[in-house]
Amino acid sequence: MLEINNLHAKIEDKDILKGINLNVKAGEVHAIMGPNGSGKSTLASVIAGREDYEVSEGNILLNNEDLEDLAPEERAHKGVFLSFQYPVEIPGVTVTNFIKTAINESRKANGHEELPAKEMLQKIREKAELLDIDRKFLSRSLNEGFSGGEKKRNEIFQMAMLEPKLSILDETDSGLDIDALKVVANGVNKLKSQDNAVVLITHYQRLLEYIVPDYVHVLHDGKIVKSGGKELALELEAKGYDWLK
Amino acid sequence: MSKYTEDDLKKELETKEYEYGFYTDIEADKFPVGLNEDIVRAISKKKNEPEWMTEWRLEAFRVWESMTEPEWANVNYPKPDFQGISYYSAPKQKPQLESLDQVDPELLKTFEKLGISIDEQKRLSNVAVDIVMDSVSVATTFKKTLGEKGIIFCPISEAIQEHPELVKKYIGSVVPTTDNYYAALNSAVFSDGSFCYIPKGVKCPMELSTYFRINEGGTGQFERTLVVADKGSYVSYLEGCTAPARDENQLHAAVVELIALDDAEIKYSTVQNWFPGDKDGKGGVFNFVTKRGLCETNAKISWTQVETGSAVTWKYPSCILKGNNSVGEFYSIAVTNNFQQADTGTKMIHLGKNTKSTIISKGISAGKSQNSYRGLVHVGSRAENARNFSQCDSLLMGNECGAHTFPYIEAKNKTAQIEHEATTSKIGEDQLFYCNQRGIDTDKAIALIVNGFSKEVLNKLPMEFAVEAQKLLEISLEGSVG
Ligand SMILES: Nc1ncnc2c1ncn2[C@@H]1O[C@H](COP(=O)(O)OP(=O)(O)OP(=O)(O)O)[C@@H](O)[C@H]1O
Ligand SMILES: [Mg+2]
Repeated sequence: MLEINNLHAKIEDKDILKGINLNVKAGEVHAIMGPNGSGKSTLASVIAGREDYEVSEGNILLNNEDLEDLAPEERAHKGVFLSFQYPVEIPGVTVTNFIKTAINESRKANGHEELPAKEMLQKIREKAELLDIDRKFLSRSLNEGFSGGEKKRNEIFQMAMLEPKLSILDETDSGLDIDALKVVANGVNKLKSQDNAVVLITHYQRLLEYIVPDYVHVLHDGKIVKSGGKELALELEAKGYDWLK
Repeated sequence: MSKYTEDDLKKELETKEYEYGFYTDIEADKFPVGLNEDIVRAISKKKNEPEWMTEWRLEAFRVWESMTEPEWANVNYPKPDFQGISYYSAPKQKPQLESLDQVDPELLKTFEKLGISIDEQKRLSNVAVDIVMDSVSVATTFKKTLGEKGIIFCPISEAIQEHPELVKKYIGSVVPTTDNYYAALNSAVFSDGSFCYIPKGVKCPMELSTYFRINEGGTGQFERTLVVADKGSYVSYLEGCTAPARDENQLHAAVVELIALDDAEIKYSTVQNWFPGDKDGKGGVFNFVTKRGLCETNAKISWTQVETGSAVTWKYPSCILKGNNSVGEFYSIAVTNNFQQADTGTKMIHLGKNTKSTIISKGISAGKSQNSYRGLVHVGSRAENARNFSQCDSLLMGNECGAHTFPYIEAKNKTAQIEHEATTSKIGEDQLFYCNQRGIDTDKAIALIVNGFSKEVLNKLPMEFAVEAQKLLEISLEGSVG
């Protein structure tokens, strides 16, 4: 599904990613851990196509297609989804209106008709229920005045609506209380299938108890310095990152 | 990788050409250029006006001659040559109005291009349309339905003939001929416009609507609108404008007067899309408008406007809250792009007790444009318990445009409560990337963000107008709408 080869990326001449290799197959869950500033969010942004970063070496393939020339929205149309570490506010645009626009833009790009209003509503209702989201919440302005946890839950709601192939969740767990974490994790698990894949960026082992990863990778100073199974996360929790440097 | 930078945003905004830039080829009956008493008399005669009207115009002309053009607004433009303009132009063919077949096909085509087919309006939106095409109204519909309720809705020239007592009583009563330079000019030479009278206690059953259009190059357009809502009546009035792209500057100096008698309510909505000039700032309409409403006891006037056009806009729809408990509202969206300049806002003049006013202004600036809000809240000494709330928000795109806010407050009564809030924000790259990531391209993202920003005002527009306004916001800010 996702294949990253020797990826180097920089911003304003500062090298941040220094040769990343990663291979995520359909049906898999990968966790990426690592200290603050090691480049986790940068990796996520580069995969999503954020243009502030310059890819100086290497490539990213999605289902064997090189993403290099694709704009962020085109990557989204191909099924890339990024749950942001810091979701932005868009005043005056309701959650419903935003997600409706997002879905229909992707559908149009993929040669489908807009989703009829009735089906849209049906889908919204279903996914809101899955993630235990109050309907009133959906008519609020996107992320405006949302609590930290509400923002994260809203990101996963959008993921549920868009049904992406590849979901990258950047610290979706931070800011969630224990109950919310369970709800969100349960939502992600329900959405998982043999046809999609999930990359979890997290600092905490706790999330991985609910969404069990097939692989855990440690990112340090722009490189993956260690990979292992889910037990690696436990080891990191106990020992920290120092021993890997 | 197709990089999206601030520069690209700018470029995209620049490439938006004026969509309605076409020109209708209708033979016009035109006066020689220039302005003097003879021209004023000729205009009056052409319209077969009674003596009092001619005199009224002449008086206005004399006042105008003694005035100088105001310079205090935050706009810069070459001063129009008032002697280089022809002050009257009427389509030569004056179609009978019993059916659409009799309307000039050229005109119908124009409406089609604008997406305003009269037919559709009739069928779908229950809107009576009085279209002002180059100064003379050429189509009036729904007159009968309105007539049954005693509502008068007709070209002002017709009202002068058929309802002189109403016109004489109210014209110039809110905007006197001496009010300002452009109002004086308008009073002297206004060619046509609309008149509307709602009788006591009548709720107008449909939105009344006028589409203005400037046509003939070099013809100044001087519309005069007079709306009188008698005691306890209600009317919602829509005004929309588009103009063909022209190389020379076109002057527009309209006057709109609203009178809401005791317990009456007038909603006046405008969507304005005159040619703003090309991306180098060439051409474009100069729009100097005087709009004012008078509220008697318990009356209410709401101005809602969406301004996307004109090279230079100078416009302050205002309310005189004369009666106790009267209410004035002003909701505005002003978009400026490229080299457009807008200096717009409102005046709320609180004279009666317990009067209330609300001002919501949304300014959106892109390109090298300048967007100014100028508002006055005046509370007279006898206006006990007057209240005002003002909110002015500015949204900027890029680094070369400007947003300015000039709120003036004059409170002569200690009980006045006046609140003012202002914000300035920028469309951020983070917002655009967020939208892009969800599959929404940048054009669409800008439209979404701008619509969200303007929502409080868009919500005040009647439904069918709100859709049109949203479309206008999109095309005035995007490279390609898709
Ligand atoms: N726009 C930028 N300009 C300069 N430096 C940047 C920029 N964006 C990221 N960086 C730097 O790149 C490095 C990696 O940042 P990144 O956000 O990817 O870290 P992270 O692993 O996600 O950290 P955290 O765990 O705190 O979220 C940091 O040193 C950061 O300061
Ligand atoms: Mg991060």
